[in-house]
Amino acid sequence: MDVAFPPGRHGWLCPVIWARDLTKSYATKTSGDVLAVDSIDLEVGPGESFGILGANGAGKSTTMRMIGATLQRTSGELTILGHDPQHEGPLIRAHLGVVPQQDTLDTDLTVRENIYVYGRYFGLSRAELQPRVDDLLDFAQLQDKRDAKVDSLSGGMKRRLTIARSLVNEPSLLLLDEPTTGLDPQARHLLWDRLFRLRETGVTLVLTTHYMDEAEQLCERLVVMDAGRIVAEGSPAHLIRTHAGREVVEVRFGAQRSNEVVPHLAGIGQRTEVLPDRILLYTEAGEADLHEIVARGLTPTTALVRRASLEDVFLRLTGRTLVDE
Amino acid sequence: MSILAVGSRRVAESRLRNMWRWRNAIITFGIGNPVLYLIAVGLGVGSLVEESMPGGIDGIPYLAFIAPALIITAAMQAGQDEVVFPTLAGFIWTKTFYAMRATSLTGAQIAEGVLFAAFGRIVLTSVVYGLVLLLFGAVSISGALGVTALAILTGTCWAATMQAIAASVHDDGGFLSLAGRVIIMPMFLFSGTFYPLSALPLAVQWIGWISPLWHATELGRWLSYGAPTPLWQVCVSVAYLMVLGVGGVVLARRRFERRLTS
Ligand SMILES: Nc1ncnc2c1ncn2[C@@H]1O[C@H](COP(=O)(O)OP(=O)(O)OP(=O)(O)O)[C@@H](O)[C@H]1O
Ligand SMILES: [Mg+2]
Repeated sequence: MDVAFPPGRHGWLCPVIWARDLTKSYATKTSGDVLAVDSIDLEVGPGESFGILGANGAGKSTTMRMIGATLQRTSGELTILGHDPQHEGPLIRAHLGVVPQQDTLDTDLTVRENIYVYGRYFGLSRAELQPRVDDLLDFAQLQDKRDAKVDSLSGGMKRRLTIARSLVNEPSLLLLDEPTTGLDPQARHLLWDRLFRLRETGVTLVLTTHYMDEAEQLCERLVVMDAGRIVAEGSPAHLIRTHAGREVVEVRFGAQRSNEVVPHLAGIGQRTEVLPDRILLYTEAGEADLHEIVARGLTPTTALVRRASLEDVFLRLTGRTLVDE
Repeated sequence: MSILAVGSRRVAESRLRNMWRWRNAIITFGIGNPVLYLIAVGLGVGSLVEESMPGGIDGIPYLAFIAPALIITAAMQAGQDEVVFPTLAGFIWTKTFYAMRATSLTGAQIAEGVLFAAFGRIVLTSVVYGLVLLLFGAVSISGALGVTALAILTGTCWAATMQAIAASVHDDGGFLSLAGRVIIMPMFLFSGTFYPLSALPLAVQWIGWISPLWHATELGRWLSYGAPTPLWQVCVSVAYLMVLGVGGVVLARRRFERRLTS
C-alpha cells in the first residue's frame, strides 16, 4: 500500500475502494459538459458486497468505469486496492474482474476460447490456464457449450460467460455493471446463485442495478445514486427503515378519483405518495390504516398492504420510480 | 531484450490467432495475387507497351519496370487491411479493444500489438511476392532481396499511418468508402506505377510526390535495376517513409490510449 488513508467512517485500514469528491464530466460536442458523477464519496472494504442503485443515467456506469481504471476522472481522489488508477491503471486492472454493462465477448471465438484468450491478455501461461478455464466453465455451467460459438448463446449464458471470463485472473475485486438487466427471472436467479457462491469465497463485489430485489438479495450495503450524486447510503434494511418505514398501503381509486380522494386521506399513515395509477401510504400499521380508509367510506378499487422495499426508498429520495412502468 | 512490451505481444498473439483462421484465404491470395498480376499486366500489357516502345520504359522489359511497384502495392494493401479492419472491429464492430482494455493491457500496447501482427502478414505477403517476381524473371536475386525488404518497410510504415487514421474513425462505412476512393485509388493510379510519373501532366504529378507508393516505387526501381536516382531523392524518400511510420505509431498509440479511457 502506498497511500495512507484518513480514517474513514467505516474504519477499514485498507479499503478496496476509496473515493473523495470523485467527479466526472464528459465533454460533448452537442450538449457541452455533461456532469455524470458529481462529487461522490465511496468506501468499500475487503470482502464486502456493495451495490450502487440508480435509475437510467444516474451515473452508475461512469462510476464503475472510473473504479475499473478505464475512465479518467475529472477531479477528486480515487484509490483502488491502494493505488491511484490515474497512474497505475495496469497494475490495478491486473487484480480486477470486470463485467461491463454491454457484453464485450469475442463473437469470432468459442465459449472456451473467450475465457482462454482473455486469460492470455493478463499474461497467464497456457499451463496455468487449461485447468482454470475448465473450472470456470463448470462454475458458469457452460461445460456443454464449451465449443459453441458465442452467437449461439442465450442472453443469460452470455452473461454467465462474461462473469466466468472476468474471474480468469482470480480478481480480488469484481465489478458487475447491471449483471442481470434484460434477463428472464429464471436466468437472473441462476446468476444470483453464482454470485452468492463468489461472495462466499471472499471476493469483494461491487454491482450496479436498477432492480431493488437484486440489491436486496446481493448487497450488504449500498448507495442510492441520482443525477450523479449519492442520496443515501446504508444496508438495505437500514435504508428501508429510515426512508420508507415499515409497511406500505397501496390503494387504487382509478385515475379520475385519485386526486379527489387525497385530501380525505389526511391523518392516515406517516406520509403519502401519489403516483399516476395509485396512492402509497407509508405507515407502521398497514392493516389498521386500511380499515380506517374503508371506514371513511373511500372504497378503493384495489388495496394491498405490503412491507416497505427499496423501491419505496428510491421513490422517496428521488421522487421517481426505479424501473419505468 | 525484446522490442515489444510483453502486453503488446499478447495482443499480437490474439491477432495472429484470428489471422490463422483465415490462413487459407491469406495464402491463396498471397500467391494468386502476384501470379495473376504478373500474367495479366506484366506479360499482357507489357507486350503492348514493348511493341509501341521498343526497348521498354527505362530500357528494360515492362515487367521489370512495374515489378517494384506491384510488390510494394501488395505489401501496403496487406498492411492496411490488417490494421484498418481490426481497428474498426475493435472500436466499433465487436468492441474487443474494450474487453482488452479492462485487463492489464494499455491502449498503447493494443495499438502496437495490432501493428505487430500486421507486420507478420506484410512480411509473408512480401516474401511470397518477391519469390514470384524471381520466378517470372522480373527481378534479379539481389533485386528481389532489395525490393522485398523495401516492400516490408513501406507496408509497415503505411500500416502505421492508416492505423492512426482508423483509430479516430467513428463512421466506419463512410471511412471505408472514402479511404478507397480518395486515398487508395488515386495513389495507385498516379504514383508512376504503370508508367513514369513524368508522363503525367504537371497538374497531377503532385499526387505522386506526396504518395508513399511513388517514393517507395522510385526507391524500388533504383534497388532492383539501378534506375538512375539522385542520392538526395533516395534520402528524402527514405525519410518520408520513416516519418509516416514513426509518426503513425506515435499517433496511433496516443489515439488508442485516449479513445479507450474516455
Ligand atoms: N461517453 C459519454 N459521453 C458523454 N456523456 C456520457 C457518456 N457516457 C455517459 N454519459 C452521460 O452521463 C450520464 C451518466 O451516464 P451513465 O452511463 O454513467 O449512467 P447509468 O447510471 O449507468 O445509466 P444506465 O442505467 O442507463 O446504464 C448520462 O447523462 C449519460 O448520458
Ligand atoms: Mg449504465
